[in-house]
Amino acid sequence: MAGLELLSDQGYRVDGRKPSELRKVQARMGVFAQADGSAYIEQGNTKALAVVYGPHEVRGSRSRTLHDRAVINCQYSMATFSTAERKRRPHGDRKSSEMSLHLKQTFEAAVLTQLYPRSQIDIYVKILQSDGGNYSACVNAATLAVIDAGIPMRDYVCACSAGFVEDTPLADLCHAEESGGGTSLALALLPRGGQIALLQMDARLHQDHLDTLIEAAMTACKGLSDVLDSVVRQHLQEVSVLTRDLGVCFSASPCISVRKPPALYLL
Amino acid sequence: MRETPLSNCERQFLLKAIEEKKRLDGRQTYDYRNIKITFGTDYGCCIVDLGKTRVLAQVSCELVAPKENRPTEGILFFNLELSPMASPAFELGRQSELLVKLNRLLERCLRNSKCIDTESLCVVSGEKVWQIRVDVHVLNHEGNIMDAASIAAIAALCHFRRPDVGIQGEEVTVYSTDERDPIPLSIYHMPICVSFSFFLQGTYLLVDPCEREERVMDGLLVIAMNKHREICSIQSSGGIMLLREQVLRCSKIASVKVSEITDLINRALENDKKVRTEGGKFGFAESIPKQRITVLKSDGALLEVTNLEQKAEGIASGAEPISDLGRASSPVVRAPGTAQVGESLENAWGLEQLEEEEEEEEPVDQTMDEGQEKEEESLYHKKGEVVVISDSEEEDVVILHPETKVKDSDQQTSSSQQQGTGVTKKKKKPVN
Repeated sequence: MAGLELLSDQGYRVDGRKPSELRKVQARMGVFAQADGSAYIEQGNTKALAVVYGPHEVRGSRSRTLHDRAVINCQYSMATFSTAERKRRPHGDRKSSEMSLHLKQTFEAAVLTQLYPRSQIDIYVKILQSDGGNYSACVNAATLAVIDAGIPMRDYVCACSAGFVEDTPLADLCHAEESGGGTSLALALLPRGGQIALLQMDARLHQDHLDTLIEAAMTACKGLSDVLDSVVRQHLQEVSVLTRDLGVCFSASPCISVRKPPALYLL
Repeated sequence: MRETPLSNCERQFLLKAIEEKKRLDGRQTYDYRNIKITFGTDYGCCIVDLGKTRVLAQVSCELVAPKENRPTEGILFFNLELSPMASPAFELGRQSELLVKLNRLLERCLRNSKCIDTESLCVVSGEKVWQIRVDVHVLNHEGNIMDAASIAAIAALCHFRRPDVGIQGEEVTVYSTDERDPIPLSIYHMPICVSFSFFLQGTYLLVDPCEREERVMDGLLVIAMNKHREICSIQSSGGIMLLREQVLRCSKIASVKVSEITDLINRALENDKKVRTEGGKFGFAESIPKQRITVLKSDGALLEVTNLEQKAEGIASGAEPISDLGRASSPVVRAPGTAQVGESLENAWGLEQLEEEEEEEEPVDQTMDEGQEKEEESLYHKKGEVVVISDSEEEDVVILHPETKVKDSDQQTSSSQQQGTGVTKKKKKPVN
């Protein structure tokens, strides 16, 4: 690879990480008081903000109402100051429409929409700083925001990107690694059942390497789900202290059964 | 126009058939429909037929200034359009979800995989490069536009020839096709999309869904691969949950299909090249088979004929023979003031002198061998009277020679014959 060496001889990446190491994740829920649910996440240098409104009545065209479940409306946008060069991004251009579609698809699979027929759930995500892994940061932020809004989901939706350099899979790519021309895979996973909600890959990869790449991405997603879980618990603890709600107690693991459609209970 | 929703019974029928591993058109789970690739007279024009889905791709080129961050590379531009010609559900000018999805998939499949050498498109670094534009139009939508569009786009790119360029110092001359032969694009590999549709929460998988199957599917997985078993793009869409094993299995199936389709494209390209060098006629007009307007042509329907004779015998022996060949007794009790006229019923209009004849009708099977044909009773009538033949759909029945006996068999049989001299019947029932 001309120019930047994505994997050094000692096995270190451009930013000093090991191949399977994730970037530092910091997240916060309940950022806005106005919205039903909101969350902010930082994955390395990538910063994303997600806001959820709903479930409420279907606004706009009534024809979009579904009689048996809720409609999920997603909108993805990047701030003009998010990339190295300030670039005005028009709303509704193809790339952001595509991202919005992917987000919608991911959450339609995870949220229990059957509980809210004839209503709409809005998810708005904005990238404040982009350093690779835009889609993953959006999905993680949106998961936290949906949980903050109290909308039941089958499981945490965790997303991570993965790449492949010199027969080694890299987890959680940064911008330099993504645009280096190598393979990049974005995966959204429901960790407990190992179900893939969205799979997207660009650039050439030999078929034999696909297995290792998906494996690396799934492991990274599972690691991320632990982080998100701890963020949710901590937030709940803070909130319960504030409202002096002594009825809330914690156990070691949440009870979720993947087989039946359940809500996410933290007991 | 809003798309007519699929009825529940049709949806259930499709899903039930898929559960039993049957498809509407009789294909197997991993079968593609017939693919036909034809090229036009101009270089870079290609029509692909995937079953009934028809897609047209046209490649054109233009000299433009390059992008600032890539001064030595040419520009590739892809555009897919859905016109109302393809399906009444498509509206011109409206950017629907499907349009965005198809466009982005096509772009990612062909541009990000670097199948075309963009460096070779550079003429003067930083000033002039070739911009290759691929326009794909969907002419008929019968399912799986993505695959057809990718095949059409890559075939058109392989077929395309750009004008030759000469550089002398600072001067750049673009030669027309008469002056110098145009040059083909340098294409590294041919990525082709293969679509997998999932049904019933991911339990069943079908390759190359047709339009009806697309309507009932849960989700779609598109894998773009090339002949060398390199995956160029994967995209899952729809709200389905996949398992890792499913994705790996699909990629294996895709590699098989892609090599077949690549062979097909190469063969089509060679045929076209051969025809052009030999000076023969080429283009779309030649590839359309000669069809006369006066012939009603329809695709034959498959008919299951296993054990046909036994089945027919069974039906025939099960049917009871009509014993009473005489006048059929009237099933209706006549009350004063009522009357009836019609098939096989007694005419009670009070015209007693008019005797009607009877026709013993009996449903017969389709086979020629078996089946009991009952011949009509000979007409007995008075001379000069108009005889009403029991098929009362006919308006006018003209008997030219009333004396002759008419032997008539039931018109519903496929083997019906009309032996009757001079009896004309209008509007014979269509023979099945």
